[in-house]
Amino acid sequence: MQRSAVSENGGVSFQSHYMPNTPAQRAEMLEALRLDSIDRLFEDIPAEHRSPSLNIPPPTSELELRAELEALAGSNVNTGAYASFLGAGVYNHFIPSIMKPLITRGEFLTSYTPYQAEASQGTLQVAYEFQTMVCSLMGMEVANDGMYEGASSLAEAALMACRVTGREEICVLDTVSPTYREVVETYALPQGLKVSVVDSEGTRLPEGAACLLTQYPNFYGYMEDLAAHKVAAQERDALLVVSTDPVAMGMFRPPGEFGADVVTGEGQAIGVPMSFGGPFIGLFATRKKYLRQMPGRIVGRTVDSEGKTGYVLTLQTREQHIRRERATSNICTSQALLALASAITIAALGKQGLKKVAELSYHKAHYAASLIGRVAGYSFPIRGTFFKEFVVKCPASPRVINERLLESGIIGGLDISHVMPNCMLICVTEMNTRHEIEALAGALSEFSR
Amino acid sequence: MNTLDNNRRLLMERSVPGRVGTVLPDLDVPEQPLPGKEMLRDEVDLPEVTEPEIVRYFTNLSRMNFSIDTHFYPLGSCTMKYNPKINDEAAFLPGFAAIHPQQPAAQVQGALELMHHLQNYLAEITGMAGVSLASLAGAQGELCGILMIQKYHRDRGDGDRLKMLVPDSAHGTNPASAAMAGFRVVSIPTDADGNCDLEALKKEATPDLAGMMITLPSTLGLFDPNITEVNRLIHEAGGLVYADGANMNALLGRAKMGDLGFDVMHLNLHKTFSTPHGGGGPGAGPVCAQPNLQPYLAAPVVEKRDGRFVLSTPEKTIGKVSASHGNFGVLVRAYTYIRTLGDAGLKLVSENAVLNANYILSKLKDKYLLPFDRPCMHEVVLSANWQKAKGVRGLETAKRLLDYGFHAPTMYFPLTVDEALLIEPTETESKETLDEFIEAMRAIDQEATENPELVQNAPHTLPVRRLNEAQAARRPDLRWERKE
Repeated sequence: MQRSAVSENGGVSFQSHYMPNTPAQRAEMLEALRLDSIDRLFEDIPAEHRSPSLNIPPPTSELELRAELEALAGSNVNTGAYASFLGAGVYNHFIPSIMKPLITRGEFLTSYTPYQAEASQGTLQVAYEFQTMVCSLMGMEVANDGMYEGASSLAEAALMACRVTGREEICVLDTVSPTYREVVETYALPQGLKVSVVDSEGTRLPEGAACLLTQYPNFYGYMEDLAAHKVAAQERDALLVVSTDPVAMGMFRPPGEFGADVVTGEGQAIGVPMSFGGPFIGLFATRKKYLRQMPGRIVGRTVDSEGKTGYVLTLQTREQHIRRERATSNICTSQALLALASAITIAALGKQGLKKVAELSYHKAHYAASLIGRVAGYSFPIRGTFFKEFVVKCPASPRVINERLLESGIIGGLDISHVMPNCMLICVTEMNTRHEIEALAGALSEFSR
Repeated sequence: MNTLDNNRRLLMERSVPGRVGTVLPDLDVPEQPLPGKEMLRDEVDLPEVTEPEIVRYFTNLSRMNFSIDTHFYPLGSCTMKYNPKINDEAAFLPGFAAIHPQQPAAQVQGALELMHHLQNYLAEITGMAGVSLASLAGAQGELCGILMIQKYHRDRGDGDRLKMLVPDSAHGTNPASAAMAGFRVVSIPTDADGNCDLEALKKEATPDLAGMMITLPSTLGLFDPNITEVNRLIHEAGGLVYADGANMNALLGRAKMGDLGFDVMHLNLHKTFSTPHGGGGPGAGPVCAQPNLQPYLAAPVVEKRDGRFVLSTPEKTIGKVSASHGNFGVLVRAYTYIRTLGDAGLKLVSENAVLNANYILSKLKDKYLLPFDRPCMHEVVLSANWQKAKGVRGLETAKRLLDYGFHAPTMYFPLTVDEALLIEPTETESKETLDEFIEAMRAIDQEATENPELVQNAPHTLPVRRLNEAQAARRPDLRWERKE
């Protein structure tokens, strides 16, 4: 048991490859402190609670642990080995090979939030690039350096709308992701704000509404009529908040062109692995006039004492470390590394590539729908223009169908039976080959009637 | 043009029409009818650059950063310890990185098993009953914990408990989180020894008290020896106590928050558990709770039922705080770290972290004012007040350190210490590095006497000189814009 042997003075003699100080050096340092034991440094802890038992497995070598981790990971059904038609806010899109080696460069990966601007120009300039890209994608005037992820980003937008308008009612369109709505409620309800659901047909907001939250494309994959929603919001002097999929921005008119006041989104689809749901990157953009009500980190361009260009965290008087209980948000550590991953991927896709990814997804999704539409027993309960996702009503339980699909090496669409009976939300991206799409349609036809 | 100036050219300024950064496959299905033109956009204003240009640009940008991999980074309260590489390797395994959060539980048993183990480890380390891994950062963990306290009171018909106490030394997220939940925040002063002022606390222990948020050890790097008494007073008044676990690195294997009487807490996996900060995230802020608050944890949590792992919603949950299950990639890294170090290694962490901080304290206290002259925990707060008397501010001392090749300590925090320099060396630094740092700090003190301008105008050796933050705030320039 070399790994957790106990030494003479009750300390441990295990040597970790992460901790350089040897027992001899520690003794030397203790001597400098004129202490006989390291325990003396912990004497402020009440005696009865000092050094409790710690029931954690013993240290493991990298060699052994790697094998264990590979076994754990290997037991999961993953999109490396399976065709996937699962989306619903988290998407399997192409990530260029340059993303991983660049974001795992230690200089990016192991730096802190750039409080010391002069020693963080890399991180800061990346943030400025990211803010520029988000503004371009959304057609908006200003953006921050990112939020946690899409749902909480939408929740923060709702809180911001309440601050801006001085009102307390948040209206959520009924086509917004039910999960996103739940997160908005978690943030809003405890502080006494009201969250109400609004019918997407002939939208009218109640008097005193602070904002209308919409999703574009919506949870079911369909494009919302943002022009109409803007009119509905304007009627009540409420803010129009739009949660988007940035990939859709490669081909569809951006929310900014419809007069959106705040645009949020889940940035994962561009450059961030699905990773079982995180870490992702929340997008957040707004109008200049609301800049000082915006949550999150914002990076600005400035000059140094010699007039050279440089970047700094700015407008920090909005933030918790200055404003404390009067801050616009409590957000501190956010998701900067994923903003970097996204910025690298957007740069690689570029003007032509993002459009192509959007169009490939669009055509493949519509091709899939055209094949499934020909199978007896399947129908499309929602009319309208969709992007890369659509709802299919199935002749059998989607759960049963998905079990069968898995046998053919296919991860099926999301079972949304709880909101629409026997319905499945199917997502198709550029990652799905024609062969996979036809295999999906073929497998679905086994349930045909 | 030198490399630096060249590197300041933004992507849009490098863009040349027709260049591509990646090649995508041709459409392999029949083209489908497009929607009406009024729904589509003409183009997106994005850069057109090639792959080698992108790689060189971002690589050179990275070289303008200080980081743990390149520098000693003693940023107080941030626990900038070495971030092991195997952690990243694990998070990028296809079986972890290429799985979708909505896949049925049966398809992702390995991922759920890892989360379940991690919940158990964190419960054991903190002495708490239940853990939710859902919150995505420390501040979101705080918000969850505060919402749990709020809901607990409301469920008991005690909803008029609207006051949350926060020590004056607390991190800004504490009052901000309490305010987001709708609480009235009352600040509690620190006494002359650096502990919670018990008399002030007793005055605020009124029937409208919801609870108190306490960082332990405090942001002064001190363990409050009266902590069990503080917690008793809060409980006696009907309040609950929240522990901000940002400084847990000092206590691994040495004390459990649950034993000390805390009701709920968060951990920062991106501090104590070695996951990389990434220049400002991702983090993860799991929340750990005693049995009374466990049913209120944020959804989802992982449970083991009949030998299978499932996601479940705690009975009285405060709800969901993100669309998925937490920052899973960060959880994989923290799990890997705990398994690597094991019980013996975790105890070594706190020992070395605390010893390193006290070593710095002992070697600098004759040159820098030590506001609280007692042993510290994992970090030491010094004041540059003596240097200020010579005309050199704490900020300038911090900037000068950059010239010596050390990242600066946290400056002007805690707010209660004048010219504060909060230094946290962590356990992954060697005595040799600490000695070099100590030497630099002493040299800067000498410079403050002999050549104050040298320090006042620092940094001198970085890609940029002191940046004009006032101008940045007054005339916000927040994105590149095409000049018409």
